Amino acid sequence: MQKNINQGNKDTRSGFGEALFELGKSSENVVALCADLTGSLKMDKFAGAFPDRFFQTGIAEANMMGIAAGLAIGGKIPFTGTFANFSTGRVYDQIRQSVAYSNKNVKICASHAGITLGEDGATHQIMEDIGLMKMLPNMVVINPCDFNQTRAATIASANHCGPVYLRFGRPKVPNFTPPDQKFEIGKAIVLKEGRDVSIFATGHLVWKALEAGEILFQKGIDAEIINLPTIKPLDGDSIMASILKTRCAVTAEEHQIFGGLGESISGLLARNFPTPLEMVGMYDLFGQSGTPAELLEKFGMGTNDIVSAVELVTARKHH
Amino acid sequence: MTNTKTFNKEASILALQNLATQVRRDILRMVHGVKSGHPGGSLGCADFFVAMYFEILNHSPELFSMDGYGEDVFLLSNGHLSPAWYSVLARSEYFHTAELSTFRKLNSRLQGHPATQEGLPGIRIASGSLGQGLSVAIGIARAKKLNNGPNLVYVLMGDGETQEGQVWEAAMYAGAKKIDNLIAVVDYNKKQIDGDTDDVLPMGDMKAKWKSFGWKVLETNGNNMKGLLETLHKAIKATGKNIPVIILMKTEMGYGVDFMTGNYKWHGAPPNDEELANALSQLEETLGDY
Repeated sequence: MQKNINQGNKDTRSGFGEALFELGKSSENVVALCADLTGSLKMDKFAGAFPDRFFQTGIAEANMMGIAAGLAIGGKIPFTGTFANFSTGRVYDQIRQSVAYSNKNVKICASHAGITLGEDGATHQIMEDIGLMKMLPNMVVINPCDFNQTRAATIASANHCGPVYLRFGRPKVPNFTPPDQKFEIGKAIVLKEGRDVSIFATGHLVWKALEAGEILFQKGIDAEIINLPTIKPLDGDSIMASILKTRCAVTAEEHQIFGGLGESISGLLARNFPTPLEMVGMYDLFGQSGTPAELLEKFGMGTNDIVSAVELVTARKHH
Repeated sequence: MTNTKTFNKEASILALQNLATQVRRDILRMVHGVKSGHPGGSLGCADFFVAMYFEILNHSPELFSMDGYGEDVFLLSNGHLSPAWYSVLARSEYFHTAELSTFRKLNSRLQGHPATQEGLPGIRIASGSLGQGLSVAIGIARAKKLNNGPNLVYVLMGDGETQEGQVWEAAMYAGAKKIDNLIAVVDYNKKQIDGDTDDVLPMGDMKAKWKSFGWKVLETNGNNMKGLLETLHKAIKATGKNIPVIILMKTEMGYGVDFMTGNYKWHGAPPNDEELANALSQLEETLGDY
């Protein structure tokens, strides 16, 4: 079992940038495209080292997705970079037809996802992107939890043949997963074993789930905490193994409750083993400006919200 | 590699015209057979498709590869012209002409709009939702440059399609970044589903628009095989000069069938039995129907 100790706060986007540079060194076929957010996406190291394989498209995301699909046809492994909002909603039809339906080997890399984008406000805080992307056939959806895992997931994405949506964020957050981890797409990771409740978390809220686990332990609740960096394909076996032990679940994500990880897990449970479940996420609202910590608290995605959800769901448990 | 450049010029043009007549028969029989599809633009561009696949493209129908290494690549951005494309792909032996009878039917590789999912040889990207093909073509052109490949990338778009904003994102990019192994072609028939482009959304001076985006602009009549071939060869000569090339290709929607010519109502409507018989009587069966 891992120790889950914070090795120091780091932003997940920097994990992406570092891995992209490593990939550039190891494969001539890796190319990158960016729509005028090279610094924000931490793609500058790749762009500086491999100028022939870096394509600045300007603020034209639809064209960027099409060029990426074309590069993939030509045998390249393109990584597109822009904010999550402009990586998904703005270009949904381009992704649907030219990438997903055409099954092109494009890696859609999306930073500044979720409410922790912060002060820029709701225009940029996309909370619907996981839903949009997971609905597309052929699309893999990955939402890693920290710097180390984003780094590993980026490398795993390059080794996967087919479209990938890789979601990460802006703020510096605890970096607690092993630096040398091997990322397996579609595999859940048990961070802490427990018997009273299963907490399934993804992205930035995985650390919050660990914090909640400690508070719950003080309250006499032994939570199993599972990190789900891959939303699609969903690791149904690991989820069911945990549920058969704990018999109740809480999901935690920085995303709308409609269309997110919680919805995927609730569907899995409803089909296989109906189980009490509570969702921590955005409840059908747009966000607003504020610091990431303020916003997570205001919109019910903080550590205490996970604790409350666990208390609610354990009370509803079938005995 | 397939092309017919060994023919003498006059004979070659006649052979291509005969092929285009057969392709027009295929188009009409395909859309009639399934009572759906888009005959208008397909008939208008039949000459272009034939010129491309039997004269212009360096390609290998028998060895189709997705990545197109070592050959020219053609993309159809206005995917609703699928009947014309499928007919020409079959006639140039990407697949058997008998398969044309499955067009738009359940479990067919010949989807209503071109797709890769069913693995039809000759198709490299899905198209149908308009405005995306030029961007994809730029990406393939970029990949060819990275691979030091000398071949060209071609893409056909509709003129109505250029009302999509993405086309101009791509136009700006290709001009600014000097993508010079790319030839774009606009089917300039001035018709779209709701009527004449000048009524739906006038597109102004197309030539000036593309020029101002940094493209070399050529013009031709897409229903005159000789002139069309000359323009295509001129376009090829204009590649490799730090500037993307576009051909504004004037065609008549429904060309080859008198009652369909120039009438936007045939954009997406199949002929009935009587109309089919009338249309086929105007087009000689030069190569044998599928």
